[in-house]
Amino acid sequence: MTPQSLDTTSAPGQSRSGAGALMQLASRWRVPLTILALCALPWLLPSKALAVNVLIYGTFAVGYNLLFGYTGLLSFGHAAFFGSGAYLTGMSIVHFGANWLLALTTGITGALLLALVMGTLSIRTRGIYFSMVTLALAQLVYYTALQASSWTGGENGLRGFTVSRIDVFGLQIDFLNPLHKYYVVLIFTALALWLVSRALNSSFGAVIEAIRENEVRARACGYNVERTKLISFVLSGAICGLAGGLSALHLAIVPLDTLHYQTSGLVVMMTLLGGMGSFFGPFIGALAFLVMEDLFSLWTAHWQLFVGAIFILFVLFLPKGIWGTILGAGER
Amino acid sequence: MSTTPILTVEDVGKRFNGFVALEGVSATFGGNRVTAVIGPNGAGKSTLFNVLSGAIKPSTGRILFEGRDLTAVPQHAFAHCGIARSYQITTIFPQLSVHENVRVSGQAFRSRYNIWRNRDLDRALIANADAALAAVGLHDKRNRIAKFLSHGEQRALEIAIALVAEPKLLLLDEPTAGMGPEETKAMVALIERLAMDRTILLVEHKMKMILGLSDRILVLHHGRLIADGTPAQIQADSEVRRVYLGQSHGHA
Repeated sequence: MTPQSLDTTSAPGQSRSGAGALMQLASRWRVPLTILALCALPWLLPSKALAVNVLIYGTFAVGYNLLFGYTGLLSFGHAAFFGSGAYLTGMSIVHFGANWLLALTTGITGALLLALVMGTLSIRTRGIYFSMVTLALAQLVYYTALQASSWTGGENGLRGFTVSRIDVFGLQIDFLNPLHKYYVVLIFTALALWLVSRALNSSFGAVIEAIRENEVRARACGYNVERTKLISFVLSGAICGLAGGLSALHLAIVPLDTLHYQTSGLVVMMTLLGGMGSFFGPFIGALAFLVMEDLFSLWTAHWQLFVGAIFILFVLFLPKGIWGTILGAGER
Repeated sequence: MSTTPILTVEDVGKRFNGFVALEGVSATFGGNRVTAVIGPNGAGKSTLFNVLSGAIKPSTGRILFEGRDLTAVPQHAFAHCGIARSYQITTIFPQLSVHENVRVSGQAFRSRYNIWRNRDLDRALIANADAALAAVGLHDKRNRIAKFLSHGEQRALEIAIALVAEPKLLLLDEPTAGMGPEETKAMVALIERLAMDRTILLVEHKMKMILGLSDRILVLHHGRLIADGTPAQIQADSEVRRVYLGQSHGHA
C-alpha cells in the first residue's frame, strides 16, 4: 500500500505507470507541495482577506472530510465545532484577556471536548439518524450561545477582541497586515494538513477506510467500530475547532451564524464540490466556493443562486468533485 | 474420533420478540474437522452462526471457546479469540484493493488506533496477506479493486480475509452460494485444504457437496437440534428424512 491509495476512491494499490508514477510521487509529498502552493496563494487571489478565508475554510473542510469522506459519516452538525472553536477563542480574549495562542488552544480544546460529547451521543446511530442527531445537538449549541448573551454577545455576535499585534515565537507580527496574518494562519493550516495526512497514511487511516467500506466486515475482523468512529469524530472536531478559532482571530468578531446549521451545510457543500474521496479535494472545494462567492457577489446580490446552480451541476455530472475528477483523469 | 473441543455450545437459545429462533442447542466442536449445519429455511442456521461469531447475544445458555465464556463478550473480541467468519452475502471492502482487503483484516491484531505508524511499513503483515491470498488462489489479482472481481473470486477473497487472522475456528455461511459447478468444485477443494489445520463449521444447502465434504452434520429444525452425527448416520435418521431430506416441495 502506498499513500496514493488515499487520494482516490478507486485506486488503492493499483499498478500504474508514467503519469501514474508521477502522481504517486506527488502524493507522497502532498503536504509539502500543498504548503508550497499555499505560500503563493495571496498573490493569485483578488484579495488577501479572501486568501485567509480560503485557509480557514480549507482547514474546516479537510477536518470535516476526515469524518465524512474517510470514515463515511455524514455529520450535519460540524458548525458546532467550528463555532465553539471560534467562540471559545474570542471569549478567552474578551473575558479573560488571554493571549492569542492560549485563546486558540482553548478554542481547539473546547471543540475537542464538545466533539467527545456529541460523538458519544451520536456514534451509535447510522445513516440519516446520525445526520439528524448531529444536527439536533449542534442546534442545541446554537441556542445555548444565543441565550448566554452576556458571555457570547447573543444575536449581535461576540465583539471587541481585535488582535492587532501577535508574538510568534519571539517575533512581533502586525496581525492587521493581511499578508502577515495570512502566513500566521498558514502555519496552523499546515499543521492541520500534516496531521490529517499523517492520520490517513497510518494504520488508523486504514481502519477508518475499512469501516467506511463495510462496517459489518470491519467488526468481524476484530475492530471496535464505535471506538474508532469516536476517535475520528474527535480528531475531526478538533481540527474544525482550530479552523473556527482562526476565523475568530481573522475577523475579530464571531457572528452567531458561525454556529448556525448553514455553516454545517456549507462545509458539506465545499467538501462535495472539491471531492470527498481525496485528501486535498475539500480544500480545493473551499477555494472554489469562496472564489465563486467573491466573484459573483461583485455583480449580483443573488450570488447564492449561481453558486447553488453550479453546485447542483457538479453533484449531477461530476460526482467526484473538482479534484476527484482531475485525479481520475490523471489515472487514465 | 476423539478430539479436545475448542468450542462448547451449552443450551443456547435465542428469541426475537417471542419468536423462537433457537432453543436448547448444545454441541461441542474441535479438531481438524468439517461440520456442516443443515436444515430448512428458517431453521435457525444463520442465527446459530450469528451467535457463534458474537454478532448477536444468545437469550439463554452460553458459549465457551477454549474454556473461556464468550457469552457476554463484544463481537469484535471474538476475532481476537480466534474465531473468523464469512457471510452468506459477500461481505468484503469493495473499493479497496484485494491485497488491502486482507492486509487490513490482519492489521486488527497488530495496530488499531495508531496514527503515527505508516500502514505500509509492516512487512510481516504484508507477507501474511500475500500468503492468505495465495492460499485461496487470488495472488495474481492482488492489486485489483475488490468490487471488480467475479462473484466466485469475491467469495474466495472473503475467506482470505478470515484466513489472515489465523483463526482456530472458521465459520463459513454458504461459501458456495450463487456459484457455478466449476467455482463450487474449487471452493470445496479449498475448504478441504483449510480443514487440515483448523475446525470448520459451515452452513450449506447443496446436499451432495455436504455429504462429500463433512465429517459431521448437525440438523436444525424450528430452532432445535434434531440430529447430530456422521453423514451416514444423518442419511439413515428417520426424523431427518421426514423433515428435511425427503422434502421436495417449497419450505413453508
